[in-house]
Amino acid sequence: MLDGRSMVRRRAGARLWLSALWLGLLCLAALLAPWVAPKDPLAQDLFLGRLPPFWVQGAEPGYWLGTDSLGRDVLSRIVHGARVALMVALVAGTVTCLVGATLGLLAGFLRGWVDMVISRLIDIWMAFPPVLFSILLIAVLGPGLWSIIIAIVVIDWTRFARVVRAEAMAQGAMDYVASARVAGRGRIGTMLREILPNVLPTIVVLLTLEMGIAVIVEAILSFVNLSISTDDPTWGGMISEGRTSIHQAWWVLVFPLVTLFLTVLSFSQLGEGLKDRFDPVLR
Amino acid sequence: MPFLRILVLRLLTTVLTLAGVAVIVFFVIRVVPGNPIAMMLPPGATEEDVARLTALYGLDKPLLTQFGIWVAGVMQGDFGTSITTRQPVLDLVLGRLPATLELSIMALVMAMILGGAAALTGTRYRGGRTEGAIDVANGMALSVPDFLWGLVLILVFGVLVPVFHISGRVTPSLELPFTTDFYLFESLVRLRLDLWADIVSHMFMPALALAIPLAAIIGQLLKQSLKETMNLDYVTLARTKGYGESRVILREALRNAALPTLTLVGVQFTFLIGGTVIIERLFSYEGLGNMAIDAVINRDLPLIQGIVILFAAIFTAVNLVVDLLYAVLNPRLRHA
Repeated sequence: MLDGRSMVRRRAGARLWLSALWLGLLCLAALLAPWVAPKDPLAQDLFLGRLPPFWVQGAEPGYWLGTDSLGRDVLSRIVHGARVALMVALVAGTVTCLVGATLGLLAGFLRGWVDMVISRLIDIWMAFPPVLFSILLIAVLGPGLWSIIIAIVVIDWTRFARVVRAEAMAQGAMDYVASARVAGRGRIGTMLREILPNVLPTIVVLLTLEMGIAVIVEAILSFVNLSISTDDPTWGGMISEGRTSIHQAWWVLVFPLVTLFLTVLSFSQLGEGLKDRFDPVLR
Repeated sequence: MPFLRILVLRLLTTVLTLAGVAVIVFFVIRVVPGNPIAMMLPPGATEEDVARLTALYGLDKPLLTQFGIWVAGVMQGDFGTSITTRQPVLDLVLGRLPATLELSIMALVMAMILGGAAALTGTRYRGGRTEGAIDVANGMALSVPDFLWGLVLILVFGVLVPVFHISGRVTPSLELPFTTDFYLFESLVRLRLDLWADIVSHMFMPALALAIPLAAIIGQLLKQSLKETMNLDYVTLARTKGYGESRVILREALRNAALPTLTLVGVQFTFLIGGTVIIERLFSYEGLGNMAIDAVINRDLPLIQGIVILFAAIFTAVNLVVDLLYAVLNPRLRHA
């Protein structure tokens, strides 16, 4: 008989692998989109508008998941939409992580006025409603992929800074840091060689979670019509369109929603799984 | 007196934070391309018309002067005039605030009920399949944000089993006898249960979407502290007195396990309020968040400023109250 602990461990392992599998598939689809997608994602055909998915009566062969009101293939648009989603996840996630972790590390280890300035900034940032802030930034920067990435970095750096600062502060109080200093290491050297490796696991977990958040932010911005140009297929844009035609063509909403749901769930399960592996306290 | 010192210090940082928000918002939105005045005039307007109205709204003055005028106004409770509706910003914002407050509070109550029920059930049947199922559900609820839950709910309760309204705050054809904007509260006070049912049916899905992630956090944390409390001596003592398991959990353990959860709920509540922006949009609910998105789209600078400041004030106020409550409830901090 399995005891509770190993069952939890095994279940966590399965979650980790399933998440990795889904994200891997998604990466492949994004990379190979022009070859994998059965149709041109932008091709409109008003005679083929609102075709249902393949198992429903009235479906047209070749349009597996049906078409939207303009006759565009839903499956092909989801596959192409993965490109925007993953691009935002990787680039915005990584840059946010670099900016936030650096500021958090500096504040937590150097303390003094550096910490005061950064902590005040974090306070101010925490007082902004994040979704409204991102919409505002896109209005300033103009729509486009890079605007979204910049907006995510500007808004979400505090997620990393807060946690890394606390963690660096805790590590900084430990004996090994003091002995490194006594052994003659400089402040910056100590920070990079002694503190950073010890907070790195936390940063990796946060990065994974941030990628999921970035995908959602992109979808939300597309939903309020502020993302990329309206032509490029994005999951959020598809959801926005599906929301308006929900009573006539449920599939235009359901398939991109399921894709987005699984992707966000996978990023977060991956992050939780990594946390279980890395964090000796939780394990 | 340490408590007074904490209070003064926190009040000071709160003022500083709000000032920071005001400065950032004021300058960021003035970089927005697109002339709001040109957008509000009909297509045939002349250059002079645009210039005259720009001067009327003070938008032709240097940025710092504009900022000075705005701050001076805010000090006197004047948040300027909305460019699109030409009404005072304060009136517009206060008119919408009740809708958002009612939604947030209903979501908070739902989250506490759902999360509390999950934690209590999980503790009662700990170590078994029931607890496993609750953990899995909690994990799912936590991983997916309110926006996606909102869409899922629209599909389930709006389309598959259409039992709730999916847009608006109240059915437009209904006659409303209300004198305040707190519809939910006032309909209850006036015992207009027909209206109350209609309003709840509109609020149910957006509130639930906001509540799900918070319910998961409450469920997880409360269950953890309950399980820790269940191993303490005084609980064992209650058990040896012959009390049943459910009674031990409800009467003895819950009281002591609730404090850490309560403080966390306060912080998470601000995230929930932040979430109302997109949830109100999704459900076409006429609250502050929905008005904010329209204001950004219409480049209504004074209105954007007003809404962001109000949100920031609510966030900092909630955090302040939580910190002070914690200081009052936690004896170790009180006598420090």
